[in-house]
Amino acid sequence: MNLFSRHKNTVVLTAVLMAQLLALAVQVKRQTAEGPVRVIRLVVVHTLAPFERLLIYTGESTRAVWSDYIDLRSVRKENARLKAEAGEMRLERAREQEDARQARRIQALLGFKEQWIDTTVAAQVIATSGTETSRLLELDKGEKDGIKVDMPVITPDGVAGKILAVYGDHLSQVLLINDPTSGVGATLVNSRLQGIVKGTPTGEVALNYIMGDESVQPGEALVTSGGDRVFPRGLPLGKVASVSMGRNLFLNVKVKPAVDLDRLEEVLVITAQKQRDPDTAGLGPIRASDILSQHLPGVPQTAPGTQPQNGAQAQLPAAASNAPQGAVPAAPKAAPSATQQSAAPKITPSTTPGGTHSASHSAVPNSVPRAAGSATQTATPPKHQSVPPKPLSAKPAGSEGTRPQ
Amino acid sequence: MKDMRLSYTSGEQVEVYRFSWPVSVGLPLLMVGLQAFMPVRLPFLRIFDFGLLLTIFFAVSRRSQVSGLLTGAAIGLLQDCLTHTPFGVFGIAKTLVGYGASSIGIKIDVENPGSRFLLTFVFYAVHLAVFMAIERWLMGQPVHFNLGHEAGVAVANSVMAVFLFAMLNRFKIRD
Repeated sequence: MNLFSRHKNTVVLTAVLMAQLLALAVQVKRQTAEGPVRVIRLVVVHTLAPFERLLIYTGESTRAVWSDYIDLRSVRKENARLKAEAGEMRLERAREQEDARQARRIQALLGFKEQWIDTTVAAQVIATSGTETSRLLELDKGEKDGIKVDMPVITPDGVAGKILAVYGDHLSQVLLINDPTSGVGATLVNSRLQGIVKGTPTGEVALNYIMGDESVQPGEALVTSGGDRVFPRGLPLGKVASVSMGRNLFLNVKVKPAVDLDRLEEVLVITAQKQRDPDTAGLGPIRASDILSQHLPGVPQTAPGTQPQNGAQAQLPAAASNAPQGAVPAAPKAAPSATQQSAAPKITPSTTPGGTHSASHSAVPNSVPRAAGSATQTATPPKHQSVPPKPLSAKPAGSEGTRPQ
Repeated sequence: MKDMRLSYTSGEQVEVYRFSWPVSVGLPLLMVGLQAFMPVRLPFLRIFDFGLLLTIFFAVSRRSQVSGLLTGAAIGLLQDCLTHTPFGVFGIAKTLVGYGASSIGIKIDVENPGSRFLLTFVFYAVHLAVFMAIERWLMGQPVHFNLGHEAGVAVANSVMAVFLFAMLNRFKIRD
């Protein structure tokens, strides 16, 4: 007893440290957040959440009053600018609609299963982890809003992260893509190389597992590959910021995320995805020659105004030009536009009562049946040209179903 | 030994303070909550570790090693709750900081801004070293150290400590 009181400070320090080390060792070994740890986390998160919610809503209300009633100085000027911008966008839209029709037709030919974002839930970010080492966000939506673990979290710009934990009826936690423990299957849009996008300890994003002998250009866009079974294929992830030779024969590819991960205030949680055949109604009949053209080897693209070198090259574009509105042109020219459509979808959620969104999302191919896959392989164009990615899971064409998360 | 202690504190006896229960419990909750909330609107505030600053403040004010280490452990575990890392990483780091800060608080005067700045700078480094050691050797995670960034963050936290400690002084109750 005398010994204890003499060394009380050291004994207490050792005891407290040992208890925490022991708890740490048990958690590292189990690799799960179940049991008493989850209970403690639940209590703390639920204690802090109401205050954070209150602060967020107070701030939002103040900001709304300021921006809607007080700060209206530049509204006229901005209105004129937006009108001009809307006119330009209408023209752009007309051109893109044509490309979209073309893309849907090709998807139908290849037997693509489109993966649609069926429903999303809009959520407000109410807090972070408060540390630089743990890239987490807390959302004001939870179990009652249909949120479950591993659901993708996006913004109109692209992927933000996935649901890590659901702490109750109206509280959940998001693991951002720049956290070192996160991982997203990714595809480079031009080269079609696949890798895994992970966060770094400094909060940056990197594309891993790209072999050193591959060519990756800065500025190349990255989209989700769908291989992780969490994120739908084709959602924008970011752009290649820099490329250097890394260790272990892999390239060190740094990525600039499509989403500003430090300034997220509202996000969309994808609560259901739907698979279906592409909608080709109103695009005209699919002709046998169109299907045949998909099975033929690729034809090099000729610059406008240049004479084709041989008869075979001259005939295929001619067939395409004679085709009805929306018919498929020769494969090499059509394929890139098809992939571009699926590669960078625009997410335009429309709100329904209760905060649930039904997102109209451009077609994202998910899986290709075996037959279509073999057709694709037969007509494989050079590597730099876009080809539909290989199937992850072969499902019979015509089947349709919602894939809840 | 007592003479030595007096010489360190410029001839004055060190003051020991205590805090009311609402302050002892509410202040850490408020500061950790603010630390989690503020980066949503102002991301650069993520660099401030209010939990660490509060641990140092309580430790040097109370000047009791047991109290300091227990306060550090409690604040650290509170922070652990908001992360997805195993429970205890911040807890261990702040336990050691609490113990160290209170040990120094017993020996030297930490009431002036200069010593507070230095103390925070040193304990930020200690906290970082312990944290990285746990991540690297106990959890097997890769760690990244950028001297320039960490030095900048340490200075920012130290400057913040000078102002924050001055504000928190009003909660002190002389023992």
